[in-house]
Amino acid sequence: MSISNLRCKECSAEYELDASFYCTSCFGPLEVRYDHSDLKPDETRRRIQAGTQGIWRYSDFLPIDGRAGDPLEPGMTPLIRADRLAERLGTEAEIYIKNDAANPTHSFKDRVVAVAIAKAKELGFETVACASTGNLANAVAAHAAASGLDSYVFVPADLEEQKLLATDIYGTNLVGVKGNYDDVNRLCTQLADEKPWAFVNVNLRPYYAEGSKTLAYETVEQLGWHLPDRVVSPIASGSLFTKIARGFEEWLEVGLVSGDLPVFNGAQAEGCSPVATAFAEGSKVCRPQRPDTIAKSLAIGDPADGPYAVAQAQQTGGGIDAVSDDEIRAGIRLLAETTGIFTETAGGVTVGVLEKLARRGELAAGEKVVVYITGEGLKTLDANRDNFALTEIDPDPASFESEFGLEVAV
Amino acid sequence: MAVTVKIPSQLRAATGGKAELAAEGATVGEVLDAVFAGHADLKERITEDGEIRRFVNVYVGGEDIRFGEGLDTGVEDGAEVTILPAVAGG
Repeated sequence: MSISNLRCKECSAEYELDASFYCTSCFGPLEVRYDHSDLKPDETRRRIQAGTQGIWRYSDFLPIDGRAGDPLEPGMTPLIRADRLAERLGTEAEIYIKNDAANPTHSFKDRVVAVAIAKAKELGFETVACASTGNLANAVAAHAAASGLDSYVFVPADLEEQKLLATDIYGTNLVGVKGNYDDVNRLCTQLADEKPWAFVNVNLRPYYAEGSKTLAYETVEQLGWHLPDRVVSPIASGSLFTKIARGFEEWLEVGLVSGDLPVFNGAQAEGCSPVATAFAEGSKVCRPQRPDTIAKSLAIGDPADGPYAVAQAQQTGGGIDAVSDDEIRAGIRLLAETTGIFTETAGGVTVGVLEKLARRGELAAGEKVVVYITGEGLKTLDANRDNFALTEIDPDPASFESEFGLEVAV
Repeated sequence: MAVTVKIPSQLRAATGGKAELAAEGATVGEVLDAVFAGHADLKERITEDGEIRRFVNVYVGGEDIRFGEGLDTGVEDGAEVTILPAVAGG
């Protein structure tokens, strides 16, 4: 087995593979370490291609010993070429959309939760829990139901109604906390200390985060075993952003792909931009903010992996930008009109930043840009309620023609 | 001011297993210094060069002290100071 141990990202102290998430010496985050020295590229590639049509085809790179059946396997979501979007943006770059709304509960969170729940079962937990801005709530409730585990899902009480309804339906214990996401996260960190539960993004976070690497692996496969030149991804805690990079790095190390790490562009909402602000200031710490944005799934004012996300953007020659709520709404509409993909507000943030990059001339002709769309528009329907158009007519042809200005054929 | 300081479970080896410590001080900094005086092991785990470590969050009554005045944030009599790892969530 290739899983070695947990290791502190800051001071390299090593820990057993159990439910711990921070270093007791320096409080740094723990990360799963692997020994991939036995992996031969050709064999590994064949094993992947003969695997499932989802994330478990990448078992060599996931922190689970063997694999129990996954009744709700996520992954292998479409990567589509978006030429009409590129045209509207006036860029000659090749734009690809990785549509991760096409997962069992319609967001990339199915990937991380599938890995965390497999680990929770392996470690013998009977109850799973999470602190969520909504998408994670959906995923934890659904995957717990599919696996027959009890679940507690903690969310800010003022979350979008669609996300609350789509969580409760799975029979979870849905807990609305009077506060913002950072309050929910603090509460769950305290509870994780006392309860014998697997909090997927607290005490199982090192394993959970590994699930995001599968977005990188799929991208490489779907580009014909090539790396993209650039990725544009949303940033909330910074975990997704840094783990996509880790996925590419691992495959470069093993020799499954060759070339350079892509340029990493991160996307935040102006109303919650601690990582974009730190990047702009060249700071190694992200000062916490109180979120005020329609992009609630990205509304983390105190991002755990913020400093690593800043470093990732710096080291690859990329950047981290923030967009306004109006730019988010426009981004949602632009993606829908040019690709037929309806994304939630987080996707609007990502497309908004892509638009900025194009406008600033940062996208080179012919470069392959992969844009990560992490969630589904039906979950944040209210975002575009104010610029929604419905023309009412009487049920007769003349009424239709009078409204739409065409002549009635006789 | 007499306050209660809550210690996360993974640091309780340094407090003889105690989840809560009583300490005196008018600011978070003074309270922590009082705690470190009795539990020297905690100092280097929680602080570095006199500052709170990057991956440690400290709250007074549930409020992150970075929204206040950091270590100079005042504490009321009977307040609860909570030390937590910052690497959760997302």
